[in-house]
Amino acid sequence: MSTPAIQHCNDFVIKFANVNGSGSASANELFARAIIRMGVPVAPRNIFPSNIQGLPTWYEVRVTEAGWLGARGGCDMMVAMNPQTWDRDIAAIEPGGYLFYDSTKPLPPSKFRDDITVLGIPLTAMCNEEYEDARQRQLFKNIMYVGALIALLDMEFAAAEQLIVDRYRGKDQLIKANVNALRLGYDYAKQHLPCPIGLRVKRADAVGDRIMIDGNSACGLGAVFGGATVAGWYPITPSTSVIEAFSSYCRKFRTDPDNGRARYAIVQAEDELASIGMVIGAGWNGARAFTATSGPGISLMQEFFGLAYFAEIPAVIVDVQRGSPSTGMPTRTQQSDLLSCAYASHGDTRHVLLFPEDAYECFSLTAQAFDLAERLQTPVFVLSDLDMGMNEQLCAPFNWDDSRRYDRGKLMTYDELEAGKDFGRYLDVDGDGIPYRTIPGTHPTKGAYFTRGTTRNPYAKYSEIGTDYVYNMERLRRKFNTAKDLVPAPILKKAEQPTHVGVIYYGSTAHAMAEAGAKLAADGIHVDTLRVRAFPFSDEVMEFIAERDAVFVVEQNESAQLRTLLINEGEIDPKKLVRVLHYDGSPITARFIAGKIADALTDRKISPIGQPQRKVAS
Amino acid sequence: MTYLAKPKLHSADAPRNALGYTRRDYEGAISTLCAGCGHDSISASIVQACFDLDIEPHKVAKLSGIGCSSKTPDYFLGNSHGFNSVHGRMPSVLTGAALANRNLLYLGVSGDGDSASIGIGQFAHAMRRGVNMTYIVENNGVYGLTKGQFSATADKGSKSKKGVINSDSPIDLAMLALQLGATYVARSFSGDKEQLVPLIKGALRHGGPAFIDVISPCVTFNNHAGSTKSYDYVREHNAAVNRLDVILPKAQIEASYPPGSLRRVVQHDGSILHLRKVGVDYDPSDRIGAMNHLQERQALGEIVTGLLYVDSSGQDMHTHLNTVEKSLNQLGDAYLCPGSKALEALNAMLR
Ligand SMILES: Cc1ncc(C[n+]2csc(CCOP(=O)(O)OP(=O)(O)O)c2C)c(N)n1
Ligand code: SF4
Repeated sequence: MSTPAIQHCNDFVIKFANVNGSGSASANELFARAIIRMGVPVAPRNIFPSNIQGLPTWYEVRVTEAGWLGARGGCDMMVAMNPQTWDRDIAAIEPGGYLFYDSTKPLPPSKFRDDITVLGIPLTAMCNEEYEDARQRQLFKNIMYVGALIALLDMEFAAAEQLIVDRYRGKDQLIKANVNALRLGYDYAKQHLPCPIGLRVKRADAVGDRIMIDGNSACGLGAVFGGATVAGWYPITPSTSVIEAFSSYCRKFRTDPDNGRARYAIVQAEDELASIGMVIGAGWNGARAFTATSGPGISLMQEFFGLAYFAEIPAVIVDVQRGSPSTGMPTRTQQSDLLSCAYASHGDTRHVLLFPEDAYECFSLTAQAFDLAERLQTPVFVLSDLDMGMNEQLCAPFNWDDSRRYDRGKLMTYDELEAGKDFGRYLDVDGDGIPYRTIPGTHPTKGAYFTRGTTRNPYAKYSEIGTDYVYNMERLRRKFNTAKDLVPAPILKKAEQPTHVGVIYYGSTAHAMAEAGAKLAADGIHVDTLRVRAFPFSDEVMEFIAERDAVFVVEQNESAQLRTLLINEGEIDPKKLVRVLHYDGSPITARFIAGKIADALTDRKISPIGQPQRKVAS
Repeated sequence: MTYLAKPKLHSADAPRNALGYTRRDYEGAISTLCAGCGHDSISASIVQACFDLDIEPHKVAKLSGIGCSSKTPDYFLGNSHGFNSVHGRMPSVLTGAALANRNLLYLGVSGDGDSASIGIGQFAHAMRRGVNMTYIVENNGVYGLTKGQFSATADKGSKSKKGVINSDSPIDLAMLALQLGATYVARSFSGDKEQLVPLIKGALRHGGPAFIDVISPCVTFNNHAGSTKSYDYVREHNAAVNRLDVILPKAQIEASYPPGSLRRVVQHDGSILHLRKVGVDYDPSDRIGAMNHLQERQALGEIVTGLLYVDSSGQDMHTHLNTVEKSLNQLGDAYLCPGSKALEALNAMLR
């Protein structure tokens, strides 16, 4: 072999190439979780086609004791189970890497890579011998290769075995069969292959109390904790599992123990127009309501967003972004709905957006979105994406303060109306731009008003008078400013050394950014970073930019939407904001970010450290 | 000037209902529709029906889309919350509202443009979902608010004010409602309050999706010779299948109508629909029969009115969803938030 074999412990990437629908997903996940059980963090990712069966699918597990949860890129070991992508998969292996394949059929006789270690197991032959049933042969083949990997990577067999016991608790037959398959693969590798290889997993203590869950499930759970009782939705990848999770958590937590009846209502609408319509109707009528969708759904909902904004109705929208425009890349990730959400609908609309970075914040910010929507009486968007929504990830354990009460905002009650309090639905009583509202049915003679998308005076009466319109628009602007102080603040991370360079980013970019920051620092490039967590941007964001010579804006879309939003809202000199854009549908990596920043600094001759500062080249 | 509320001067001897309200308590802002517009008569019928049924106005939520017809909720039940949503999308907004609070009465008002064109999908799905509401379409065969274009309910061959002949086939919303699963389907005429008021009453008392198609001539754009939705045309071609009275549970159930020409239908809340037969052998419990009858008569150029179909055992969306009796918008934190203990258990399962 021309290249020495890669030697890495607790720090490598292993990729599984499978065929969609072959039942590999749960075996692959078993592998990833077994490593976590050994106290070693992993960052797993699905790469799947927009198709149900037959097309190629990949699952990659980044084993990372350092805890870098972003995608790394490259692959040290390929588990090549898909003949269709064989050539591509072999080519993807890093020099010195490993190929694991089903050796039932011999390797192609043609010229083969000589810089990788080839590890063959006759999986098909073994399964044909062991199992009668075709489906069993298929499923247990997957478990078998996991068993072999455990031997090859020097993992603890007991960790995987215990996972199987936990997963199929009470179903002894299944436990036995799965453990048997695992053992067959393990024993074969032990006897016939050079175990362990250069890649190894060694027990560590780096996982802590973290949990592993996907962002969409976390959003669904957040909606339960946030008090959502109504969901109107329409299926679309990658958001569907938000509602599926909401539904199953509701069944678990919101079923009346006395009579089995539901303390929630979920309606699968006929389309996105209807789903957001239902959310608005329910919000108007005093329930906490939400929908989950993706880009195409956001496009369809535009007119209704304008109505909810102008008529001031609370609504929560979870947008799990995917490759766009149009049907784009439905199963690939992007952050390209930012502008279409921020200014959704015709006219001068402006919406509150929240940007979770991981599953933990998918939970906490979704729950918080309901408070914000009611407090501000407006739609609130939670902008997730496919990478964080559909991939399981390690994150901080969820927590909840039991003394927390839902913030229902400015609701005028029966008693207040009865006591003669002046009620003008669109009257700015407190100077914060937020008016009081009444819920239908509150009082027999007071507090009823007419909700409409047309102009009205502060008492909700139809009006075409310009001054009424202007009063309303100015109040809405005031309200948006009030929102600045209510939304989650940005998170600043100062570099270890003083620097004139900053980086702004949001959402799932956070994992890659954390690693990129460390990489750059190791190369002597120091950058302060600011993770924005909401729109409207709080003043800190603008100060961060003002105080630095150059600020990189890292995001996953082609047109630099976050940068545009910053320039537009903060009236910032565009020259100051340097684009770092990744948009091929794969999750952004630390390698990419660090490379772009280092190159740009060299090109622009910016020294990030020390005095005096050099100005940004124009 | 719709923001002018009507002065509420109760004359001392104005009749009062069981709640002590006069008809005035069921009125709204002054209408801005054209004088003579059929829609105003429908508003008046809604006022009459709610007054007669002793409905508390604030327990009604009135929702609409966009159009002259959709403006009307402002002109009745001034003490109810109203919602003028977007064009054609009232049904979804109403569905959401009904999900949030099952204990109000829901009244959806729409136009034929609003419901049969842009909103036909939402109309269809609200019917099949079994939303408990009274859905009234004020059907004039034209777009009133945008000044006279044909709507999708305009009959083929009918003439617009400008003399254009409609070449498209019409959509019959009552027929659609029948097919889609509405459990109370009626058609009436804005100029026939005697028929319309009891039909609205029956619908308000119905515990499921109730649909009423009301032919409501647009005096400005569709009340000329050649229009099949004009006052004259409808009066001449109206073929009523029955006449309706609604008897509330508390009232004496015995009626003075001769048996044989009467049919009693008990609604879920105990109220009784008394159907006086006009058409021979018309059976309002036969969905397919109703559809056949509509088509046969339509072929003869007749506009069939009356209660076309009723299934008083009809269930509503909340029954299908098995939701709790209490309104979802009334459930407090304690009923909704599983709390930190539940979360800890969940965390443990995710390790
Ligand atoms: C999305 C959208 N498209 C078009 C319009 C313009 N528009 C307003 S009302 C209307 C038609 C109303 O017709 P109909 O529902 O029959 O009510 P009518 O005025 O006849 O009572 C249209 C097309 C609109 N408001 N919104
Ligand atoms: S235009 Fe027609 S529908 Fe509109 S208010 Fe006038 S008469 Fe009525």
